[in-house]
Amino acid sequence: MSNSIDWFKKNLFNGWLNSVLTVVCFYLVIKFGAGVIQWLFIDSVWEGTSQTCRQADGACLVFIKEKFLFILFGFYPREIIWRPITGVFIFCLLLFLTMNRKFWSKKLIYGWFLSFIVMAILLKGGVLGFVPVDSDKWGGLPLTLILATVGLIFSYPLGILLALGRRSEMPIIKSFSVIYIEIIRGVPLISVLFMSSVVFPLFLPEGMVINKVFRAQVAIIMFISAYMAEVVRGGLQAIPKGQYEAAQALGLGYWQSMVKIILPQALRVVIPPTVNTAIGMFKDTSLVIIIALFDLMYTTKASLQDPNWLGFTLEAYAFVACIYFIFCFSMSRFSQRLEADIKSKQEH
Amino acid sequence: MSGPMIKIQNLNKWYGDFHVLKDVNLDVQKSEKIVICGPSGSGKSTLIRCMNRLEIHQKGSLIVDGIELTDDVKNLEIVRREVGMVFQHFNLFPHLTILENLTLAPRWVRKMSKKDAVELAMHYLERVQISEQAHKYPGQLSGGQQQRVAIARSLCMKPKIMLFDEPTSALDPEMVKEVLDVMVSLADDGMTMLCVTHEMGFAKSVADRVIFMDAGTIVEENNPEDFFSNPQHERTKEFLGQILH
Repeated sequence: MSNSIDWFKKNLFNGWLNSVLTVVCFYLVIKFGAGVIQWLFIDSVWEGTSQTCRQADGACLVFIKEKFLFILFGFYPREIIWRPITGVFIFCLLLFLTMNRKFWSKKLIYGWFLSFIVMAILLKGGVLGFVPVDSDKWGGLPLTLILATVGLIFSYPLGILLALGRRSEMPIIKSFSVIYIEIIRGVPLISVLFMSSVVFPLFLPEGMVINKVFRAQVAIIMFISAYMAEVVRGGLQAIPKGQYEAAQALGLGYWQSMVKIILPQALRVVIPPTVNTAIGMFKDTSLVIIIALFDLMYTTKASLQDPNWLGFTLEAYAFVACIYFIFCFSMSRFSQRLEADIKSKQEH
Repeated sequence: MSGPMIKIQNLNKWYGDFHVLKDVNLDVQKSEKIVICGPSGSGKSTLIRCMNRLEIHQKGSLIVDGIELTDDVKNLEIVRREVGMVFQHFNLFPHLTILENLTLAPRWVRKMSKKDAVELAMHYLERVQISEQAHKYPGQLSGGQQQRVAIARSLCMKPKIMLFDEPTSALDPEMVKEVLDVMVSLADDGMTMLCVTHEMGFAKSVADRVIFMDAGTIVEENNPEDFFSNPQHERTKEFLGQILH
C-alpha cells in the first residue's frame, strides 16, 4: 500500500508543475472518457430501427449491425459473401502468423503464395464451380488488404533494388534509379493512380482491357517502391565502410556481399521507417477511390448514402477507424517486437 | 611457382591531387614476413590495401600470385580468395555469430558444404583459442577476442598471403599480446605476411624485412637487426627515436 503511494508521489506529484499537469490530465481523461463511455455504452442503441436511433443521444450500433457487411465487403453479392469472408480470414491468419518470428519458415512463404491464389479464386470465381464476380464488385476490406499486402510484398524488394541501383557505380543503372525515384516522389499518389487508370489504357491497343484492380495495384507498387528505396538507402548508408571492405577482402562478389552482409544489417537499421512507410501505404490505399475502386473507406462513405441511414457519420467513421487502427497498430507492435528481438540477440 | 608472391613495380596512387604512393617497388617472396612502419599519412596502409585492390592504383603494376590486378573483376575475385586481410577495427559481421562469420566465405566463395565449413571454422577457432565463443555474436566479445576471430575468419579461406593493417592499434594494451601471439604462430607456420604495425617487438622477432615508409615512398628497408641497430636515413632515425623512446 505504501509502495503505491510512493509510486504516485514519485511519478505523478513530483513538484508543483507535475502535480498541476497530473490534475489537469486526469480531469481531461475523465471528462473525455466519460463522454465516450456515455455515448458508446450508456446512451447507445443496440436494438431497433433508424427511428429509434434518431431519438437517442448515444451511438447507433444498430447502424453498424445493419451495415457492417456492406462496409467490410462492399457490393459483393450477398448470397456468396462467405467467399470474401473466408479470404479475409485466411489473410488475417497469415498476417498474424507472420508477425511472430517463431513461425518464420519456408512454409509460411508457400502459405502466402497459396493464399494469394486462394484469395483470387474466392474473389474472382469462375473456376471450381464458383460463380464469377466482376472486379467492379470487389470492395471493402478484401480490396484494401490485397492492395496493401501485395503492394508491400512487391514494393519492398523493388525498393531494395532501386536503392542498390542508386548507389551503383554503373552510370545507366544509377541514373535510371535516381530519375525513377525522384519523379515518383515528385508527384502525388493520386496522379500516379490516375495515370495508370486513365492515361495508360489510351496507349493500349484497341479492345485490350487490363483489370482495374491490377492497374491500381501496379500504380501503388510503383509509388511505394520509390519511398522504400529511399528508406533502404538510408540503411545502406548507415553501414560502415569496413563491412563492405571485409566482405570484399574475403572474396565475396557484389551480390553475395549485399545479400549476406550489407542488406541484413541495413534492413534491420531501417525497421522503424520501413514500417512507417508500410503503415502509410496501408492508409493510402484509400485513394483508389478516385479511380472508382471501392475500398474500405469508400464503402464506409457509401453506407452513409442509404436514405434510411443518413447522418450516422460518427458511427460509420468510428467503426472504420477501429479497423484501420487494428491493422496499423499491429504493424507498429510487430516492428517494436522485431527490433527488441534483434537487439537482445546481438547485445550491442 | 618460382617468382615472387607479390611483385610491385612503380606503383603510384593519388587521392585527388594528393600523391599518396610514389614509385613504390617491392617484391615479396613466398613465406616472407614483412613489417611496414612509418609515420601516419606515409601511405603504408594504402600500400597494403592496394594489394587486394581495396584501393585502386593509377600507375604502375601490381602482380599478386601471378595475377595482375586490373579492373578485371574475375581476376580480382581470384586474388582476393588467396589474400587474407585483417583490419584495424576487426570488421566482423555483427549480425552473424562467430561461427557464421567464419563459415560464410568458405561456403559462398569456396562453395564448401556446411559441414566441412563448420569443421574448418572450428579448427581455426581452436587455433586462436576461442572455440568456446563460437555461438556468440561479435558484440559480446572483447576487442582482442574479436581480432583473433577476424584472423581465424581470414584463415578459413586458406589464403596464401595475409595482410595485416594495424591489427593491434585499436586494442586495449592488455589485449595486444594475445593477438600478436596468434600472428607469431602464423609466421612460424610459414605464412607469407605483410604487416603494417608499430609493434617493434613483433618486427624484431618475426620479420624477415622491415620497411620504413615516409611521404609515399619506401625510404629504407633492411633486416630487423640492422634496421633497428643501424638505421641509415635521417627520417628513419627520427621515427625510431620517437617510437622506441
